[in-house]
Amino acid sequence: MNRRQLTNRLLAHLGLLPFIIFAVFPFYHMTLTSLKQNRELYDRTAVPLLIQQGPTFDHYAKLLWETEFLTWTKNSLLVTVLATFISLVLGTIAAYALARLKFFAVGSLGTGIFVTYLVPTSLLFLPLAQVVNWLGLGDSKWALVVTYPTFLVPFCTWLLMGYFRTVPKEVEECAMVDGATRIQALWRIVLPIAVPGLVCAALFAFTLSWNEFIYALTFTSSSEQITASVGVTTELIRGDIYYWGSLMAGAVLASVPIVILYVFFLDYYVSGLTAGAIK
Amino acid sequence: MAIGSVGVVTARARPSLRSRMSELLDRESWLGPIFVSPALVLLLLLVAYPFFMALYFSVSNAFIGRPSSFIGIRNFVRLWESDAFRQTFQNAFVFCGAAVGAKVVLGIALALLLNQQLWFKRMIRGAVLLPWVIPTALSTLGWSWMFNSLYSVVNWTGLALGIMDPPGPNWLGQKYYAMTAVVVVNIWRGLPFFAITLLAGLVAIPKELYEAAEADGAGPIARFWYVTLPLLKGVLGIVVLFSTIFTFSEFNIVYVLTHGGPMNSTHLFATLARQVGLETGRIGEGAAISLYLFPALMIVVWAQLRFVRKQAY
Repeated sequence: MNRRQLTNRLLAHLGLLPFIIFAVFPFYHMTLTSLKQNRELYDRTAVPLLIQQGPTFDHYAKLLWETEFLTWTKNSLLVTVLATFISLVLGTIAAYALARLKFFAVGSLGTGIFVTYLVPTSLLFLPLAQVVNWLGLGDSKWALVVTYPTFLVPFCTWLLMGYFRTVPKEVEECAMVDGATRIQALWRIVLPIAVPGLVCAALFAFTLSWNEFIYALTFTSSSEQITASVGVTTELIRGDIYYWGSLMAGAVLASVPIVILYVFFLDYYVSGLTAGAIK
Repeated sequence: MAIGSVGVVTARARPSLRSRMSELLDRESWLGPIFVSPALVLLLLLVAYPFFMALYFSVSNAFIGRPSSFIGIRNFVRLWESDAFRQTFQNAFVFCGAAVGAKVVLGIALALLLNQQLWFKRMIRGAVLLPWVIPTALSTLGWSWMFNSLYSVVNWTGLALGIMDPPGPNWLGQKYYAMTAVVVVNIWRGLPFFAITLLAGLVAIPKELYEAAEADGAGPIARFWYVTLPLLKGVLGIVVLFSTIFTFSEFNIVYVLTHGGPMNSTHLFATLARQVGLETGRIGEGAAISLYLFPALMIVVWAQLRFVRKQAY
């Protein structure tokens, strides 16, 4: 590496520094706050960037044993896993049909599913709340299992259509010449090749439903039914009193499952995020 | 295969139901609709149907737990007479314009930096993408602590650096500061999508073009202006379209950070719709507010189908 290249490289890192601080600082501050003793937390003369009077796990203990946090997390997991699974199955078969098969109105169906992908949840939550009540699912986590696929299925379908198109048609035709039915060819030939796409779709569906807020806030309200995001933002605030230590502990803990996935599957997140715009 | 040949088969020896089923499933004109229908039924029932309900609600006097009747455009007229709605309408454009504009500029800058030779490439990308992954409602809670009126770390830093006068702004309690705070959190949350997608667009630009431009004597600014930007235009257009619809319909950040206050100065269509439709029970009026998101959605869909999908197929 010559001198000019080295300078350029150093300058690039220097330029990235403010962006990295901007991106990461809120998490640092949240974690720090959740570990501070109340005495230091509400001391206006203390330095807010450090823990100086020793860390404490009191806020976490309070959150776990004195609130319904574990129930909310269980609800989140149940809703997320089921919604992800349903959406992946529906999205996979729909994407295969739309990408590979010729049938009546295939083009307009594809466009229709793409359009629903763009419909924001905040446009539909009021009438959907009525539909949820009619289905007898008012104030129930099952309402979320049913409604989350409405934004996950279009996403999975769209993402997987791109992957299925990259599998050469000849591979499949070969299998069918050898006597496999179309469904066998899909199951044994196409799906194994499209595994990266399936992983990517599953990860995104999981992340999107774990992070969903407006439907969860609108369709569920009792403490046994709400998800982690809703629980932390509504149940830990009593009137005007904010228990900041526990609030931050809740925000940190409820983010943990996503962060774990994220650390292991970073490259899938990067490729999934760009797939929407590039494919 | 023609229907006649199936008839011949049936005449000879009635094939089992199972084999007839599998024969049908091998035909594209049957299998296609069968595979698409579960997704289609779900979307018709829980997207298309509620959408038409929203249209009906908006021209009715629907109220929680009461039968409704048709009242024409009275909801829309009443909305335009209400200060809260006019303020929200203005907020939506200020918020969306400021946030998307900033994300475009910062996103291009960040993508260009990420495209350089870096030492900790994976770690840096991971850090930059993090805000996009964490549940927005929860990270916004972190921001509301950072903007707290008494213990704001933002103000503490500003005072320590000498760029603020004590006691510093009350971020969430003053009109313009509250809007600034909401915009900042939206930028923070949306920047990764811009940066990572634009980075993919940058990587796709052939190196030879830069070498040719350099050989012709183009400096770094000229290369950016005449090579990078024109070739990035397609991806940038898609990212802006996506981001516009999602920023316009933002709910989580405003709901957690300010609840629309102070004095409705940060309300967006989604948060006002919730307040009017659920907290005060006037579903008809709430639905009418939500529907203001629809023109924006139509424009984005139209542009996507017209310019983007055309290239893809």
